[in-house]
Amino acid sequence: MHLAPLGDHAVLVTLGDSIGEATHRRVQAAVARIDHARIRGVVDLVPAFASVAVHYDPRAVEGDGGSPYARLRDRLRRELSDLTNEELPPARVVEIPVCYGDELGPDLDEVATMHEMSAADVIRLHSDALYLVYMVGFMPGFAYLGGLPELIATPRRSSPRSAVPAGTVGIGGSQTGVYPLVSPGGWNLIGRTPRKMFDIGRDEATLLATGDRVRFRPITRAEFDDWRE
Amino acid sequence: MRQGIPGGGAMDRRACRVANLLVGNDERAAVLEAALIGPSIEFHATTLIAVAGGDLEASIDGTRLPVWHAALVPAGATLRLGAATTGCRAYVAFAGGIDVPCVFESRSTYLRAAFGGVDGRAIRAGDVVGLGEPSSMSRHIAASLARENGAVGIAHWSAGATLRPAYSVEPTVRLLDGTHTSLLSEPSRQRLFTERFRISASSDRMGYRLEGTPLSLERPIELLSEAVAFGTMQLPPGGAPIVLMADRQTTGGYPRIGEVASVDLPLIAQLKPGDFVRFEPISLDDAQALYLAQEAELAQARAGLEWRFSRGTT
Repeated sequence: MHLAPLGDHAVLVTLGDSIGEATHRRVQAAVARIDHARIRGVVDLVPAFASVAVHYDPRAVEGDGGSPYARLRDRLRRELSDLTNEELPPARVVEIPVCYGDELGPDLDEVATMHEMSAADVIRLHSDALYLVYMVGFMPGFAYLGGLPELIATPRRSSPRSAVPAGTVGIGGSQTGVYPLVSPGGWNLIGRTPRKMFDIGRDEATLLATGDRVRFRPITRAEFDDWRE
Repeated sequence: MRQGIPGGGAMDRRACRVANLLVGNDERAAVLEAALIGPSIEFHATTLIAVAGGDLEASIDGTRLPVWHAALVPAGATLRLGAATTGCRAYVAFAGGIDVPCVFESRSTYLRAAFGGVDGRAIRAGDVVGLGEPSSMSRHIAASLARENGAVGIAHWSAGATLRPAYSVEPTVRLLDGTHTSLLSEPSRQRLFTERFRISASSDRMGYRLEGTPLSLERPIELLSEAVAFGTMQLPPGGAPIVLMADRQTTGGYPRIGEVASVDLPLIAQLKPGDFVRFEPISLDDAQALYLAQEAELAQARAGLEWRFSRGTT
């Protein structure tokens, strides 16, 4: 574990060096510990693949002597000194219905052709897998998912589209995910979900949180059009 | 930020807070941020306001309102802001704050996802905006500025000089080490602290793109996406650094070659495309000491105004 400043208002706690479930569990455990410790001055936590940033207000860090950074760093080191036997709450499984192909997934056929399989094969491989939400970032509600089957990993398009509709499911390299808002995007668009990945009117605005498991479920166009939350 | 929602808020936080201070508002009251060019605002009721930050040549029905000063605007009068003559962004604070909903504990607008503020969008002509209840301090300040003949009353007092900087078009900004500063090539490290960089036209509330001799790392590196901060300096493949600002994404994958000292973020926020910036190193200890000293100054300024205006005397 390594702690270092991220500017003068944040501490970056690094817990690993690669994307994988073991490192992810360490990150989740660290987040839980820091949340639980309710440290004065901490204003936000941003977990990522292998680290968690602790954003803080230097005025509010307890103690005196040394810099606010040094005092917070030392406190974090104490709180995180033994992360090995962390009990994590069981992960939620979130189901995301997806209408694959046609106008909602304009690149599905191209992805299938590239991998010398049928569109149905791509759908089956994409929706059979159980994914892990490693982190949420890039934009509100955007979840970085791990677990895309290597067989359908597809390089990003050379010409990104300027406006990908919200809810679009895509594949970019070995990543898959859902665009929560209209956005420029270079991923291969294979389908769309009628669910809102980000909705400020909802109690929990973002549908997916770090640590969730995700499964995509194929639905028909009729089900897509008739979908009600 | 855990859900990917950006920090948002004022680009020049200090000017925003001083504007609120001058009208007796809570520091976190919602203000109007005007970049480069300002609006005209007609007041339906007598209102205490202040404009702070860049000088957008404010006037009230033809009477010039100097930046960094409170003023009592009579009902029916119009505040006009023009083009920026110093700095880039002006903050207009209204006693009571702008009445907009609190979303994710903030009254800011996030344009990209269209939430917060007035219907999640920028203010436009024809909008009618309400204000909250003024504090008792606001009422005392207003009373001290009232004029018999209904003319505009402008305060002769202001915040201390250190809280209202003269914005330069080529400031020197202090930069802490970034996570990957040690990976910069030696020539690039030299260049970062000797050359000047031009603010690119594609700069915005998400980030300021800097043009100059391209910088590079000693060796290319593959990085995992992780958190960034307000003021993080990234180095994308092209070699032109980006300083992340208020509407930055919460995480990023480019190398982080520096972190702007928080006290100097306002200097960057007040730059416009075509202006220049230089950098000099600062240690974390010094940067935090400066931050704490400035917070003490703001607290002192507030205490001073409260003492003067909370007892009903002028």
